[in-house]
Amino acid sequence: MLFFVIRRFGNMALIMVLVSLAVFLLLELTPGSVATKVLGPYSSEEQRRLWLEAHGYMEPLWTRYGSWLVNFVQGEFGQSIRFKVPVSDVLWPRLWNTTILGFWTFAIMIPVSLTLGVLAGMREGGLLDRAISQISVITTSIPEFASAVLFSSIFVFGLKWLPGTSTMSDGFDPLQLLLPVMVLVVYDFGYVTRMTRASMAEVMTTPYIRTAVLKGLPYRRVILRHALRNALIAPFTIIMLQINWLLSGVIVVEFAFAYKGFGALLLEAALNQDIYVIEACAMVAVFVAAATQTLADIGYTYLNPRIRFK
Amino acid sequence: MSQNAIPPVLEIDNLGISYFTRAGEIPAVKDFSLSLGAGESVGLVGESGCGKSTVAMGIMRYLGSNGAIVGGAIRFKGRDMNELNEAELRQIRGSEIAMIYQEPMAALNPSLTIATQLIEVSMTHEGIGEAEAHARAIQVLADVNLPDAERIMAAYPHQLSGGQQQRVVVCMALLSNPSLLLLDEPTTALDVTVEAGLVRLIAGLSEKYGTALLYISHNLGLITDTCDRVCVMYSGESVEEGTVNEVFNAPRHPYTHGLFGCIPLPTADKNARPLMPIQGQLPLPHERPPGCNFGPRCDHFGAGRCDGDEIAMQAVSNSGSAHRARCLRWHEINWDLDIAVETEREEIPVGDVVLAVDGMQKYYAVHDRSIGAWISGKGVRYVKANEALDFRARKGETVAIVGESGCGKSTFAKVLVGLEASTGGKVRFDGDEIGQTSVHDRTSEQIGSLQMIFQNPDETLNPSLTIGSQIGRVIRKFGVEVEPDKIRERVLRLLDTVKLPRDFIHRRPRQLSGGQKQRVGIARAFAGNPSLVVADEPVSALDVSVQAAVTELLMDIQREHGTTLLFISHDLSAVRYLADRVVVMYLGRVMERGSTDKVFSPPYHPYTEALLSAVPIADPNIEKREIILEGNPPSVIDQPPGCPFQTRCPRKLGPLCETEAPPSRDAGDGHVIACHMELTGLRQVEHVIRFSNGNGVAGKE
Amino acid sequence: MIELVKSILPAPSKVSALVRALRSFALLRESGVGMVGAGLVLFWVIVALFAPVIAPFEPNAQLLPMAKPGTAFPGGATFWLGADQLGRDILSRIIWGSRTVLFFAPLATLCAYTVGIIMGLAAGYYRGKLDEFLSFVANAILSFPVLVLYVLVISTIGPSGINIVIAITFASAPGIMRIVRGLVLDLRNRDYVAAAQTRGESSWYIMLVEILPNARGPLIVDACLRLGYVVITIGVLGFLGLGLPPPDPDWGGMVNFARPLAIVFPHMTVFPCIAISSLILGFNLLADGLREISLRD
Repeated sequence: MLFFVIRRFGNMALIMVLVSLAVFLLLELTPGSVATKVLGPYSSEEQRRLWLEAHGYMEPLWTRYGSWLVNFVQGEFGQSIRFKVPVSDVLWPRLWNTTILGFWTFAIMIPVSLTLGVLAGMREGGLLDRAISQISVITTSIPEFASAVLFSSIFVFGLKWLPGTSTMSDGFDPLQLLLPVMVLVVYDFGYVTRMTRASMAEVMTTPYIRTAVLKGLPYRRVILRHALRNALIAPFTIIMLQINWLLSGVIVVEFAFAYKGFGALLLEAALNQDIYVIEACAMVAVFVAAATQTLADIGYTYLNPRIRFK
Repeated sequence: MSQNAIPPVLEIDNLGISYFTRAGEIPAVKDFSLSLGAGESVGLVGESGCGKSTVAMGIMRYLGSNGAIVGGAIRFKGRDMNELNEAELRQIRGSEIAMIYQEPMAALNPSLTIATQLIEVSMTHEGIGEAEAHARAIQVLADVNLPDAERIMAAYPHQLSGGQQQRVVVCMALLSNPSLLLLDEPTTALDVTVEAGLVRLIAGLSEKYGTALLYISHNLGLITDTCDRVCVMYSGESVEEGTVNEVFNAPRHPYTHGLFGCIPLPTADKNARPLMPIQGQLPLPHERPPGCNFGPRCDHFGAGRCDGDEIAMQAVSNSGSAHRARCLRWHEINWDLDIAVETEREEIPVGDVVLAVDGMQKYYAVHDRSIGAWISGKGVRYVKANEALDFRARKGETVAIVGESGCGKSTFAKVLVGLEASTGGKVRFDGDEIGQTSVHDRTSEQIGSLQMIFQNPDETLNPSLTIGSQIGRVIRKFGVEVEPDKIRERVLRLLDTVKLPRDFIHRRPRQLSGGQKQRVGIARAFAGNPSLVVADEPVSALDVSVQAAVTELLMDIQREHGTTLLFISHDLSAVRYLADRVVVMYLGRVMERGSTDKVFSPPYHPYTEALLSAVPIADPNIEKREIILEGNPPSVIDQPPGCPFQTRCPRKLGPLCETEAPPSRDAGDGHVIACHMELTGLRQVEHVIRFSNGNGVAGKE
Repeated sequence: MIELVKSILPAPSKVSALVRALRSFALLRESGVGMVGAGLVLFWVIVALFAPVIAPFEPNAQLLPMAKPGTAFPGGATFWLGADQLGRDILSRIIWGSRTVLFFAPLATLCAYTVGIIMGLAAGYYRGKLDEFLSFVANAILSFPVLVLYVLVISTIGPSGINIVIAITFASAPGIMRIVRGLVLDLRNRDYVAAAQTRGESSWYIMLVEILPNARGPLIVDACLRLGYVVITIGVLGFLGLGLPPPDPDWGGMVNFARPLAIVFPHMTVFPCIAISSLILGFNLLADGLREISLRD
């Protein structure tokens, strides 16, 4: 197990190096445009050249990448061009905000989607199943920006119940968190529900469920003891992978509600070619992806005795 | 076995079960009656789709959301199962009626320990505590010959072998001492030596617990070995019932009678007494003919009579026994006549050696990447799939390679056709070394003359292509013909050869039955005029009545072309019937080889002897010496040292068998036995199979 | 290679292939949700095809700024769904916008499938080192949040139709590769593949003729779902201001453009959102229906 984790993290380090290099190379496709972004479209050629020189852009790519890599390993992420502060000063608070958003999203989505999925999968083709399946296919069909717009027009402009933006400029306000969480939950719960349903429905047709029924066990025990354990293995992995998905999801939601989180930071950095912020965000993304994947695999082995004892 | 005053445990009257689908009502079982007394064992036989499993599920009232009992009654101890509510059903299921399933691995919950799955039965039905239930489970586990019960209890299903899993399922069924045990193909998924042990175990236990058994199987031999009475089903109806002796010795329904013509009994012989296939195939449930369902396939069909009204079961014995059949003409048919009338066939002349295998060896490297293996330096281990394989096959000859799963017979086939390379020894085909020549390095002539027939009819053909294009591709590939018209002509002739209608050229595999697909597979293998055909279990996935037809077809084509046939099989009965020479394998090694009659009569290798004893034979007049092998076949990765069979051998000599590989002893005429026992000792062993009149049965007599 | 193409192209009966395709489409009638999905998709396809005929106004004509839904234009036509802050008719822009999305979404999906299928076939069939390498690359790409990838790529190489197609191909191909690889790993053990191998067929013949056609069921369902995702992606990119350059109509871009005024004029953003959601719903339901009928037979 330890060996497995070490290998995974080795793998992750390799991917981090490759991704960071790819980001450097990608930004190299449009050399010099960063100066235009910073100095504005009306700056002169000379001004831009001076700016680029002052910020080390005239160094060869390998030197710049090498020094970034060395600094990064030492925990030094560099200076943000856009915010004009060290990257870590903006990165950590933003990441914390996104963590709060993600936590509440998952706290609501997981119980809802698991319950609905199990209920639907228990009796495949039943009325409840069809209702739940239809609802979840509809909600997954509404992109986050669309539901953000629709919810805003109902709850913000129509009913005037909720604030339209979530800047949290006057300190943390739970009410401002409501819409972003709602949008994320509505978009994502359908997918998890459908996966849970499929897994449950499949388990219900297996011969070992037939065995359990024909042993004369009460229906409750057949479901709780024999079906659930097996039916939740697949959704577990899927939920872990949703953490990775969330990093994408928050870009749209944070942009839509002006929430100061990781996604908005990344978007802003990308639009401004703020290379060190982009690199730091990319590293966070790779780390989260690798960590959740590893956790998902470990959990999967734990849940599934067939693999655990191999 | 009579049931004087005691009411029967199970009584089924005119049962009808239907499934309701989009296409409408599909009757799966019609007018089915059966009664089963306490402690009695009754067999329910029939081919796939005949409704036998539906009957079992109907008894349990577990028919799914679209199945329902539409007529008649199932009475268990006098109570109509159809009138019970869910709670009452639960009290009967698993407690009074228990079931044993076909796939033990699938029937056990993969994520719960055996203990959890066993004790919940007693806790639910007897309301006893966990400790007591645990103790009871341990006790019954000992009854099903699973020593080391505590270890089994703590295990998960996948940690047990197939035989152990099925014993656990048996234990689960017996825990609450049921009065009726339903066995749905309980041994089909197991190896034949494991099956033999389990069959005897169940028989012993049912006697001890006084349980009535309903054995559901497609295997007439198994029913002969296990049951008092039998009911034969065909296309949703019972067609004949009576005691096993009556029905199997004097079948009075043309279907039952025909089935016995299809089974390679020890008395059958491919030249003197060939199999007599039943024509046609099982009708689909919604395409059943009027009157007798078997009518269109029956040699005694009487137009205007057999295709009229529904036919009822009627007594077919004058002695007042319960032998009944669903045939209007049973008393008009001369039952003794037709089985013997078949023409004799000429033996195929045997020619030169086509295939010579000398010391062939195939090891697979298995990489273990765990840290433990890395430290101990055992990162790579070898699976010895084939070790020191030796034999010859001549032109026109049929050589059978027999063995249970994991014996390496399929690996050998892969080496032959060039999908794998051997790791040692020589394989010469028509004088050319091919053991290490991959298929891409062979000439198209070589490839075309060494072809293969595959086991699974559903996988042998590409579902996306028409039959014509698949056969045509082979013809073009081997350069037999090049012009489209000629290719088409040849495809049509091949279809004629395998007795399929010519318009099949446009069909897709989905529109064909299993037997028809296998025929196309045969046509494909013979498209390049091969001199050697490897047939890997070509009929084992087919129904009995279809098996016979495909087997006979294969042999006809072989006879016509003078092809050498390498027949890979686990089915000793089929091998005895069609092979000229036999190679018996166990864990990758040859245990015994020689001509068929030599291998099937003493001196035997102890493994061959056990195999012969384990194979069920559908003839009540045959007696077998019972040899039950203990334990499970070892895994191919951890082969025991010395003789591979020493862990289970009933004739094991002692430490010698555990340390040294046995010598090959030549018993004359190419009959070779690999055993530490002297030939003189082996010669004293008696025949395993004998008729009740005392004659031993060898290969062909 | 030529022999390979020959053996694939002259299908024994070309007519029957078409007939079979139609017949399997007719099967869809048996699935209620599938029919609704097909109806929605078909609706938008027709709208896109006949956009010049249906649209009441020129999509880029600046006529009556901030017109409310139902306002009549002096010329005679009505702004059924209102107009945006530049006075462009929302309905006409939605109608013309369907052309954009229904051109780029299938194109991007097709490109992603071509790359993904080739990678998946090679990885699943050859296995070994090639598989390890391709799977590593795929995992590296997939471990990166998709949208982050799109944003990075598009913001760097600039928003344009072709760049969107490239970005989507790059980000989706690994996922398709995984699915194809899984199907190939299963199908390559079939006896008919072994039969092809024992007659010495080339690897690409086996992959393209013996394996790929038999993987089509799950792939068609996946393609349908993926079309939905691609529509979402194109919409989101437009919403983030990374979509097609203005002024040509694009649903996501319309929302982005009108967002500052959404508080006063919700119609400017709501209707494009409904349009895009209905098209995605169409693809998702169609996928459901296809899955349902493929499980039946």
